Amino acid sequence: MGQRVLLIEDEPNIIEAISYILSKDGWTVHTHSDGETAMDKVMQGVPDLIILDVMLPGRSGYDILRDLRARSDTAEVPVMMLTARGQAKDREMATSLGATEFMTKPFSNAEVLASVRALATAS
Amino acid sequence: MAERVLTGTRVRNRRLDLGLRQAELAERLGISASYLNLIEHNRRRISGPLLRSVSQVLGVDAALLEDGTAEAVLEPLKAAAAAFPAASVEEGRAEELVARFPDWAALIAAQQARIRQLEDRGRALSDRLAHDTQIAHSLHEVISTATAIRSTASILAETPDLDADWQARFHGNIDVDSARLAESSQALLGFLDMEMEAGIDEVSSPMEEAEAYLGRLGHYLADVDAGNVPRFEDVADGPTRAILQRWAGRLARDAAALPLAAFEQAARAMAYDPARLAARFGVPLPVVLRRLAHLPNGADHPLMGLAECDAAGVVTFQKPILDFRLPRAGAACPLWPLYQALTQPGRALHAVVRLPGAARTPFECFAIAGPEGEVAFGKEPRIRATMLVRPARSEATPETVGPGCRVCPVSDCSSRRHPALI
Repeated sequence: MGQRVLLIEDEPNIIEAISYILSKDGWTVHTHSDGETAMDKVMQGVPDLIILDVMLPGRSGYDILRDLRARSDTAEVPVMMLTARGQAKDREMATSLGATEFMTKPFSNAEVLASVRALATAS
Repeated sequence: MAERVLTGTRVRNRRLDLGLRQAELAERLGISASYLNLIEHNRRRISGPLLRSVSQVLGVDAALLEDGTAEAVLEPLKAAAAAFPAASVEEGRAEELVARFPDWAALIAAQQARIRQLEDRGRALSDRLAHDTQIAHSLHEVISTATAIRSTASILAETPDLDADWQARFHGNIDVDSARLAESSQALLGFLDMEMEAGIDEVSSPMEEAEAYLGRLGHYLADVDAGNVPRFEDVADGPTRAILQRWAGRLARDAAALPLAAFEQAARAMAYDPARLAARFGVPLPVVLRRLAHLPNGADHPLMGLAECDAAGVVTFQKPILDFRLPRAGAACPLWPLYQALTQPGRALHAVVRLPGAARTPFECFAIAGPEGEVAFGKEPRIRATMLVRPARSEATPETVGPGCRVCPVSDCSSRRHPALI
């Protein structure tokens, strides 16, 4: 079994496309689309890497990231934030909360794949 | 006197432009060349029938030769010069331009007014884009759907050995997403169209309509100086008329406290110093600030603008001048003395400020905040801040204030709320 990535994103066709390219690259991909229950999903089995959308139903990705960094068992998990907003303040916000990587939509598959590989190597 | 000096110079410049000799013009006017020479060198006053004859022969509106009508053109010309410092125009020659080429000057003035209108519209749209949740939701929908399509299309294009089931699945996803993209794009355009349909020339609130109405009158209501409160019967019955009547009532009370002739005389004698005038007439400073901003036009008073805001910082009235204009949507720069006054009620503030970059005009500001209307125990006072603004005559180094964070280029500002769009 490859390394496990948890994709928390509410757009079903983005989930499908990213799941496909990461699976093809050897990752075991788990997905979740609700912000409110995202931490429960994480705690069911802490993944090796998390891809986290900012705008989620129920709870913002920033709040989830804050929780992840506050817990000792998830504090070191690399987190790549996805957002439709690319302003400097969003990037600063993500970085200050402990995001490992930040990607602005619309991104390319190659960018996602390269970042995920780099994060896996670094960790 | 300054106006008379200009009149002679304008006559001379216009004559030279038309290639007329002084003697030729004098003959056509039925006066001696030497008398015309005195007029052109501003040593004799020209008015009445002779001025009308000169304007006919020179083919230029008498008002443009003679009086403050030219100021209506001059002010936007100066604003245009301030807005484009790179053009390095000789601002001092604006009057000459008005006198010699009145049509071209009027065109530049009209274009400047149009630019200002479009800038205001741009600011309003920018505010809406930043704060309207419907637009934010639509934009997010468009970008998310575009991301899904891009990602799926890449897989289809870059995976030649893609399983037929996956191919069918991804084609289906693109079909669904492209329909969603069309829908969300139309929704987004719909919101923006609603803005555009409102019309660039239209103002959006009764308060702005009332300000625009006063602007057309030059912010002077002759009726209040005659002891009457105008009813504004030409304005449709509704909130705009009610606002105008409320303002007019207040201006009438100001006029009663500060009778025009005495106030004008004192203002000139005291160099339009609000504090000295308040002391001289024994009235609160805000009354003097409002009165100064509503003096008659064409009476050689300096150009003066005014802004008022409530305790929430919302602009409740303003008379814009040159490049002074506060945004109404509450996104103004907090460094303006108007807002500084709110934090120090009762303290009179005097500051020279300047907008960054394009606008070069330093403004002298007089501001004060305090309770307005009835003050009673157990009742929340209504706080209002008032600021008089005029082109600075002081040599003081101006403090920089911004037009609002979104369009402000100052990078090291401790009061910045959010990044600039420029």
